[in-house]
Amino acid sequence: MSAVIETSGLGKRYRRRWALTDCTLSIPAGHVVGLVGPNGAGKTTLLSLAVGLLAPDAGTIEVLGGTPAAGQAQLARVAFLAQDAPVYPGLSVADHLKLGARLNPGWDGGLARGRVARLDLDPSQKAGTLSGGQRAQLALTLAVAKHPELLVLDEPVASLDPLARREFLQDLMEAVAEQELSVVLSSHLVADLERVCDYLIVLAGSRVRVAGPVDELLATHHLLSGPYRDPGTLPAGQEVISASHTDVQTTLLVRTDGPVLDPAWTISEVGLEDLVLAYMSQATGRRRRDHHHLEVQK
Amino acid sequence: MVIEFHLDARSGVAPYRQLIHQVRQALRLGLLREGDQLPKVKDVVAGLAINPNTVLKAYRELEYEGLAAARPGIGTFVTGTLDGGPLAAHGPLRRDLQRWLARARQAGLDDESIEALFASAFRSASEEDIA
Repeated sequence: MSAVIETSGLGKRYRRRWALTDCTLSIPAGHVVGLVGPNGAGKTTLLSLAVGLLAPDAGTIEVLGGTPAAGQAQLARVAFLAQDAPVYPGLSVADHLKLGARLNPGWDGGLARGRVARLDLDPSQKAGTLSGGQRAQLALTLAVAKHPELLVLDEPVASLDPLARREFLQDLMEAVAEQELSVVLSSHLVADLERVCDYLIVLAGSRVRVAGPVDELLATHHLLSGPYRDPGTLPAGQEVISASHTDVQTTLLVRTDGPVLDPAWTISEVGLEDLVLAYMSQATGRRRRDHHHLEVQK
Repeated sequence: MVIEFHLDARSGVAPYRQLIHQVRQALRLGLLREGDQLPKVKDVVAGLAINPNTVLKAYRELEYEGLAAARPGIGTFVTGTLDGGPLAAHGPLRRDLQRWLARARQAGLDDESIEALFASAFRSASEEDIA
């Protein structure tokens, strides 16, 4: 299957600070991809590079096989919903649809009007007076009505209340089911992504920490707990993502393609949230529990 | 007859497995019968805010188990049954279980201890079955 986003050694620098470093990814088509990471991890930078709002300082990026924002045709294939769903406050809902129709060659007016009616938006209402949830829904309407092959959303639900958040994601998933659409969306909350994403990228400290289909990530990561054990003595092929120790017990999150056979371990499945957090704390280098481990070793 | 799915986000069980479990449960309890249509993918997606691929995966798995079959362009239908034992047997068993629960409470066990005891007895019983 073709890649929707393909990067190699991609990097972006703001003055002397690298916001994104050595990013190599190949995201297959047909997925809803969650880009997750703490604030300032480089999520917005990566998405801005993908839609051509920024140009790379290192490496390459291809989107749907082309250079981001390289021309009319490429622009028509990608839709981007920036953070906080920006709309024109002085323009009415109907004006937004008119604008969408003028600016997008593949515009589906019927779909847009149908969505506005279903969402119960008053076409004559100024966008500036809409609620946060309604504004996000209007912005999503514009994005899906242009019939993109790839829809990129930057923190689409971060500023919404729980009900508006759920409604927005329901609508987004309905659009995915109806149109053949690849989606990349970012969030700093795993809980937002858990239901909707089937592919996950963890970005932390300006680097990609892990990327892959959610099922595969869950199937290859295991939580092992058992009597105290030096992680260095694990069999080859078991990569330790996080480790914590007491003087009698060791708990490890390991990644491995094969089965864990050592009977000393109690093996449990890992939830997506724990998995993401383990990769994130790996990035920040916070090893509080390892200090304890060192004290024990003395 | 159409069932409605729900998801428990805190259960830690993968969403597609929760859907499969709910279909199997509905079959066992007689809520779904052969020939019934499973909820349409689009409706499940819109209702639960989940990825369409999750629903498709659950339905594919049910097809693989021989419990459902897709009719292209129409939907997925139940083709199999699950034998949960005759429903008539449920009543007496439930009464036995209720008596047992009452005895456990009298003995001073709280909910958590009861669950742990049941799970542990259940596990060792199924292990004996295998051995």
